[in-house]
Amino acid sequence: MTMIKIQSFFSHSYAKVREINKKYATPNIEMSKWVKLSLLSLRLYLIFLLVLLLYKFITLVR
Amino acid sequence: MLDGERIMNIFTRFYYRYRRIIKAIQLFLIISGPGIIVMIADNDAGGITTYAATGAKYGYNLIWVIILLIPVCYYVQEMTVRLGAVTKRGHAEAIFAGFGSFWGWFSLLDLMLVNWLTMVTEFIGMAAALNIFGISPYLTIIGMCVVMGIMVLNGSYWTWEKITLLFCALNLIYIPGAFMVNPSVSDILHKGILPNFPGGLNNELLFFLMANIGTTIAPWMLFFQQSAVVDKAMKEKDIPWGKLDTFIGSLLTGIVAIFIIIVTGTVLTGVNIDDAAQASVMLMKTNRYIGTFMAIGLFDAGFLGAICISLASSWAFGEVFGWAHSLNYKIKEAPWFYGFYFFLLISAGIVVLIPNAPLVLITLFVQVVAVTLLPAALVFLILLLNNKETMGEYTNTLSQNIINVVIVVAIIIISSFYGVGTLFPNMFK
Repeated sequence: MTMIKIQSFFSHSYAKVREINKKYATPNIEMSKWVKLSLLSLRLYLIFLLVLLLYKFITLVR
Repeated sequence: MLDGERIMNIFTRFYYRYRRIIKAIQLFLIISGPGIIVMIADNDAGGITTYAATGAKYGYNLIWVIILLIPVCYYVQEMTVRLGAVTKRGHAEAIFAGFGSFWGWFSLLDLMLVNWLTMVTEFIGMAAALNIFGISPYLTIIGMCVVMGIMVLNGSYWTWEKITLLFCALNLIYIPGAFMVNPSVSDILHKGILPNFPGGLNNELLFFLMANIGTTIAPWMLFFQQSAVVDKAMKEKDIPWGKLDTFIGSLLTGIVAIFIIIVTGTVLTGVNIDDAAQASVMLMKTNRYIGTFMAIGLFDAGFLGAICISLASSWAFGEVFGWAHSLNYKIKEAPWFYGFYFFLLISAGIVVLIPNAPLVLITLFVQVVAVTLLPAALVFLILLLNNKETMGEYTNTLSQNIINVVIVVAIIIISSFYGVGTLFPNMFK
């Protein structure tokens, strides 16, 4: 019974996430060159932080 | 006759002005709230520790930094008022709608992580503060979860806001505390007002500057205030009042921070402080009342931080998942919203009670995780405020864009250095 409830919760959540992804599939902000540049900079910044975190993790494990 | 008419005219004009002022004050009291609450809650347990350590280390010399941060707070948070009042969307939902699901999920999940970690630090602050008075952490955590539960379960945003404003008023306890230590006003003016770098711009000072700036704007503040503006059903016509509310809040947060610096800068000069509870105990040795005020302030700061941060997360998830997400709903009408709120509160509280939990690591990790979300949230905020289609006449003007871009770029650089400095502590030694 509990297993069924858990399974139903996860399948419901998965369906909800898919619904949200569909709802917000198209960004409603006009993708001007400034917006694109800002988003690209953010991506690069986050990749840089991720690399730093990985480096820290690896040096800690060693 | 003419004189009588003139007197009547003067009286009528005076009465009309008086009524207008009274009406304006009444209107402000109705609309004010989100700005004052978010700004005072910004001086959370971590913030109090930063200011106490700054005062103890550098005396009054870094007060000018706090003064400079007052307009910074205002300009950033004011944008959330406009965005919330015009779009009727919280920041999480606005990011999903504006930039698509990738950035939406990134912001939402990162917000949940950083908020949960920050809440753990708020509970640490509350438990440490009440421990000074002999109250066990178990009692503090359970008691506070119950109080925070009662505050939201009355089914009225208005009631929650007014109770929270009372707790905000308690945060001003540092002001009488500062007067009690008899600081030298001429010293404060002489050393604190003009920008100066005591001992030269070395790595340690740089770290303190970054810590003060880093605690000024936290990601949850953007999400909280925008959602609160929406929950309060503020309209475009309320924006000027919302701005005034935010301005008063930013002034108050600066004033509280300055008075904390004055207290520790007067009494604990040259002492290295690791946390605000330690500062309270040290202050108690000098003057029982000042130490008590410091501890009460720390408890209140943690309490305000916890309640606002958990609400920021619940609102954000409610907006995106389409749950009923308003404090105006009863628990039966918005079970997921309240369930999520309690889940965050209780889980963060439990972590503090686990013996040998890595609380120091969590405190440090907050800074690092916050750095991953803050730049994104700020950049999205500016881009959304430049979307003429949705913002109309409330779109950022050129001067607002210049000011905000300068502030956001500076915050991103400084908070990134602060986060990276936490990750690699030897960088600033």
